Parts: sequence; C-alpha cells; structure tokens
Amino acid sequence: MSAALECRNLKAGFGDHLVLQGVTLAVPSGGVTAVMGPSGCGKSTLLRCFNRMNDHLPGFFREGEVRALGRDVYDPTWPVDSLRFSVGMVFQKPNPFPMSVADNVLFGPRLLGIRQKQELSEILERSLRAAHLWDEVKDSLSSSALKLSGGQQQRLCIARALACKPQVLLLDEPSSALDPIATARLEETVLDLATSVTVLWVTHDLQQAARVSQHVAFLYLGELVEEGPTAEVFANPKNQLTERYLTGRFG
Amino acid sequence: MKPFHLVVGEDLPKRFLSAAALLVALGLMFGLTFLVAWGAGWGFWPKPLELLTLADGTKVLGELWDRESDPVGTGLRWRVKVGNRDLWGSDFRVVRQAEVVKVERPTDAWVLERWEYGNFYGFVLSLDADGQVFDPKTPGFQAILSRKLREVASLKRQSDKLAAKVARKAQASEEELARLASLQQAQEGCTLLMTTAGGERKDIPCAQVVHARPMNRLGFWGKLAVFGERWLEFITAEPRESNTEGGIFPALFGTSLLVLLMTVGVVPLGVLTAVYLREYAGDTRFTRAVRLSVTTLAGVPSIVFGAFGLAFFVYTLGGTVDKLFFASSLPTPTFGTGGILWASATLALLTLPVVVVATEEGLAAAPVEVREGAQALGATRWETLRYVVLPYAKPGIYTGMILAVARAAGEVAPLMLTGVVKLAPALPLDSSPPFFHLERKFMHLGFHIYDVGFQSPNVEAARPVVFATTLVLLVLVVLLNLLALILRNRARNRVMSQAL
Ligand SMILES: Nc1ncnc2c1ncn2[C@@H]1O[C@H](COP(=O)(O)OP(=O)(O)O)[C@@H](O)[C@H]1O
Ligand SMILES: [Mg+2]
Repeated sequence: MSAALECRNLKAGFGDHLVLQGVTLAVPSGGVTAVMGPSGCGKSTLLRCFNRMNDHLPGFFREGEVRALGRDVYDPTWPVDSLRFSVGMVFQKPNPFPMSVADNVLFGPRLLGIRQKQELSEILERSLRAAHLWDEVKDSLSSSALKLSGGQQQRLCIARALACKPQVLLLDEPSSALDPIATARLEETVLDLATSVTVLWVTHDLQQAARVSQHVAFLYLGELVEEGPTAEVFANPKNQLTERYLTGRFG
Repeated sequence: MKPFHLVVGEDLPKRFLSAAALLVALGLMFGLTFLVAWGAGWGFWPKPLELLTLADGTKVLGELWDRESDPVGTGLRWRVKVGNRDLWGSDFRVVRQAEVVKVERPTDAWVLERWEYGNFYGFVLSLDADGQVFDPKTPGFQAILSRKLREVASLKRQSDKLAAKVARKAQASEEELARLASLQQAQEGCTLLMTTAGGERKDIPCAQVVHARPMNRLGFWGKLAVFGERWLEFITAEPRESNTEGGIFPALFGTSLLVLLMTVGVVPLGVLTAVYLREYAGDTRFTRAVRLSVTTLAGVPSIVFGAFGLAFFVYTLGGTVDKLFFASSLPTPTFGTGGILWASATLALLTLPVVVVATEEGLAAAPVEVREGAQALGATRWETLRYVVLPYAKPGIYTGMILAVARAAGEVAPLMLTGVVKLAPALPLDSSPPFFHLERKFMHLGFHIYDVGFQSPNVEAARPVVFATTLVLLVLVVLLNLLALILRNRARNRVMSQAL
C-alpha cells in the first residue's frame, strides 16, 4: 500500500516558535485517517503543510520533506495551484464565497479553464451529489450560498473541493462549528466519499475519530506520539500519553 | 418601586445635554433646508401686481418684495419690484409706507418677462400684429396674444439658429442672408403697445417677450401652472441677463458631467491604489508612510488642489498636449487652459484619499477564511482578489464613492482655477463631432450661486435664482448620494451570511 501523503522529520513553525518538532507520518491511500490531539498541538499546521497553505503566512519556516501522491510538494515542476487541485481542503469554519451555490461549486473548474456549459453542469451535479447536497439545493442553484445553513455550507465547501477532482481531501475540524445533526450528516457524507478519495481528517473529538477513521495519528506538542489502525490504537494504546488522552485524564 | 432618579438614571444631565445637542444639530439642518426651499419657492411663486398711489399722486405698479423698518425716521418702508429697467435704470423702488394712500390690484395689469432688461410691469394698450390691432378688452385677447407670442418665438428660434450659423462661417450664402432677413422681418410685424402705471408709453416688440401674464387675473391653479412653468424653464433653459434670469441648464449639466468624470477617474485609481497597499505591499514602513500621506492629503485645503491642478494639469499636461497635437492652433491654447477635463482631474485628486481609505476598509472586510478558501482551490492572489475579495470590498468602495461624490459636488474653489466660467458659450457635450469637448470651459451650480448671488450687478432681483440654484444643487447631491447608497446596500446584502 503506497502512501497518499507523507512527511519525514518535518520541522515547521512561525518566527522563533517551532510548532512541528520533527513529524514523520505516512497517510495510507484510501479511507479516512484521523489526526487527533489537544488544541494548539500543531494539527492545522501539519495539515496545511500538505497543500502548502502555510507558505504565505508571515514567519513560516519548514524543514524536512513533504510528499503528496508520491511527489515532493515543493517540486518546482509542480505548480502550487495544480497541487491544490489534487489535494483539496475544507476548513474549520464554513467559508462559502459570496456568490451563488453553482458559482461556488464551479469556482475551481472555471479556474482550470473549463468553459463548456454541458461539462460544467455535469461537474455541478456530480459534486453536489457526492457531497449529499444535491437534493437540498437543486432548485436554488442560483441563489446565494450565504443563505444556506451552516451544515449545508460546509457540505457545499466539500462539493466545491470535489469539483476539482482531488485525490486527497484535507479536513480541518470541519464539524466544530456545526450542531450534532449536521455533524452526523457530514460524517456520513465523508464516509461515502472515502471510497474514492483519501481523507485526512483533523479532529479533537475522540468519538468522531473512532467513528470515521480506519487509521489514527495522535499529535501532542508538535510531536507524533502514536499512529496505527484506529481499532488497535483505541483498544490498547502503546504510549502512555495516548492512553491518558483517550481516557480523558489530561491537562 | 424604585425612586425616580434611579429609574431615569443618574446620567440624566448627560442624556439631556446630548439630546439638546442633537436638537440643535437637527434644527440647524432643517433650518438650512427650509430656508433654501422657502426662498426658492417664494421666488418662483407668482406674486400679485400691486398698484400703489402715493400722497403726491405718483402711481407705482409692481410686486411687493419686502417690508422693512425705515432707517431714516420711523415706520416701515416697502421694497417694490417695479421692473422696467430700460426706463428707470433699476428694478426696485423703495416707498415709505406713510406715503402710500391707496393699494389696488388692478385686473388689467400685466407682467411681461423679456429677453432683455428684465420684467416690464404695466398695462396693455393694444397689440399690433401684421397691421391688425387688438384691444385688450376684447374677449379672447389673452389667447390671441399667447398664440402670436408663440409664433414669434418660433420665428426667433429659427432666426437665432441661422444667425449663429452665419456668424460661424466666414462668408454666408446670399440665400441664407435673405432667409435670415425675412425671418427677422416677420418678427418685427408684432408689437405690444404698453403703458406704465405713470402713463409712460412703451412699445415692446413681441420678439422681446418671453411670457406675458395678467397676473392678478390668475386663480390658484393658474398661479400653480405659472409656478411649474417657471421651474421647468429654470431647469431646462439657458440663462439670460447675465445669469440673473432664465434657467440654469448649462450649470446643471456641467456639474453632473464634472462629477461623473471625476468618479470615472477617481474610483479605478483609488481602488487600485488601495488594492496595492493592502493586498500586495504588506505592512512596511513605506506603506505606512504612504497611508499617512494619503490621509493627510484629505486635510489639504481645496484651493491648494486647485493651484496644483492649474500648474500640473492645465499648464504642464495641457501645454504638452497642445504642443503635440494642437500645434496648428497655437498660441491659442486648446487643452492648455482650464476646462472640464482638468477640473474633474483636480477633483479626482482631491477625493482620492476618501476612496483609498474606504476601499482599504472594504478589503479588510473580506474574511481570511474565505480568502484561504479560494487559495486552497488553486486560485492565484489576483483571482482571489477579483472573484472573492472584491464582492466583500464593494460596499466599502461604494462608501468611498458616496463620500467622493458628496465632496466633489460641493467644491467650488478649485474649479475657479481650473476652468469654471460664469457663462459658457457651449456645452462640453454636443452634436458636433467628436461630441465630447472636454477641453471646453463649463458652468457649475456652486459657482453659479457665488456669481449670481454675490458678483452680479443686480443682486436683489437675482435672489430667487440664487435660492433655486441652491435647492437644485442640494437635490442633485442628495440624488447622487441616494444612488450610491442603494448600490452600497445591494452590495452589502450580497455578502451578508444568514447562517451561523
Ligand atoms: N499564522 C501563525 N503565525 C504564528 N503562529 C501560528 C500561526 N498559526 C498557528 N500558530 C501557532 O502554532 C501553534 C499550533 O497551531 P495549530 O496548528 O493551529 O494548532 P491546532 O490546529 O492543533 O489547534 C499554536 O501555538 C499557534 O499559536
Ligand atoms: Mg486547528
């Protein structure tokens, strides 16, 4: 089994603050891998290394190799926009663009230069169906995306990422702003997706990690403490830190 | 129950003070608006023609404009607009109230608005039209008079147009000259024989008359019709009598075009500047210095901008343009003298700071999450800006536009150095190619107010025009603001999320 995402001895941080202290991680192709850890331990920073979203942040530095789909993400022959088409991302807070539902979804394809109406409408329907949103919005494709509920907005953001046909999807605590029902719908959606797309899901919610992932990584203070198949790690954690985190005796 | 002072709160004095301040501010604003509207309304509302008989037997016919206390002696004195400037040199006459023995409103008194010498107040003896004589007492006289006046007015329009054409050409054809002569002769056949209240005879050619009205015979609706007619004429007609009469159309047009050109210039420049400052330049010492100087620019007196506009736009830029493209007509300058283009460029510079500052604030309104969302989809910085950030920035841009328009529409000082004139021979936009004549001098409502109200030889008679022009300028500014406000609210609704 080849790794969809991989980093080796990754050190990264901002200014004089070293956030990731040498992380080595391989995310297997297919399925859902969860990254868990307490707030501030560097989960978002790690995730954003894979699609180079940290690069423009002030003071960011990085050392160590980062690979996606078997290729160095800093390969000069791999433009950052095409990296991001292949490695999509969904953020903590729903961030639809101030435009119609359809324009949101077709934002990426249009950047790719797709102009044909037929093709665009196929992409629109496929992406919205894959994000389990089609039935809810098919009659209001041209109304503003900002009118949707929070859960719908987050699934729209998934559809928007899917429209670029990514092979990997990075999710950074996508349900932290949602109510339990919307969260359940989102999880269901992502589980369906994970049959065709590799998902790296950051969460601080243990139950969620247990529910959705086949593989987990536990990050603590910028270090990768433990990783392995979800069932195994949850049943008998090898590291004491992991055990304490899982049993809630932490802090 | 709580004691009263606790219910109201201890801050009663402060609340009272702030409420009083609001009251004063509102009062001043309403006062200003009311004063302007009242002045404009009163000036255009038809006033009755009063025939005063004085103690020494003199008769005075005119409109009663003012009653004021007499500086010499006691009692009141009346200021009466008696017109007939060609006979008496002045439009007004002051009479002591004590001297007045009788006041009447004769129904056969007429007021003639004329192309020259202002109004004529008096009585009609007869109308001579092409040999026919009409007595004012015959029924239907008024209708006959209006018809004749209309006919002559249309002849006059044709002959004026032809005369202007002939004047433009070095030599006119025989045919044109003959036609002009016949048109002019046709107008001469019509004359109104008038007499003043004192019995002085005066023959007035119909071609000199704009309107003839037996004012005291008009009922309320008749007066209302005259009122409407006067406003319509005021908005649509050219000025007469060194701007103290007639309309303000060229000034209204000039002001609108000026503001429009200014907006077209300042918005792209200001937006791009703000985009560079906030989106590309980063927060360095340099950008902070630029930002500081831009905001400082907002506090520079507008006359300084005028001086700069004159030195840079008119002399330097305009002079260069003349040398390069209009060398044949030198030394007469084409662009090297004040004109509407340079005036709007000066105003654009003047309003640049507000657009830059407001746009920067607008750009800051685009959430980081949404920007990152676009970047995570592979959008470049420019694409993010163009498609995602701009919708958020639009309300701010429109706010900047509102402020710019509001400031520009009211500025006069810089225009006086860069191309405004009291009477422009032609509009900057007409049917002769290349249609836009942006090098032309132009008229402006604000300057019109200054010129007519404070520089004209006949300030008193021009008072209605001053008030009405002010009202038009106020309404124009309000309308422009309203338009920008609607645009802004639309843009704002578009980026407002209903979820979360
Ligand atoms: N743009 C940034 N500039 C400086 N420090 C940052 C930035 N983003 C995150 N950090 C720091 O990096 C650390 C890890 O942050 P993050 O990766 O967001 O943690 P998590 O997602 O696990 O909550 C925190 O201490 C945070 O203060
Ligand atoms: Mg985070």
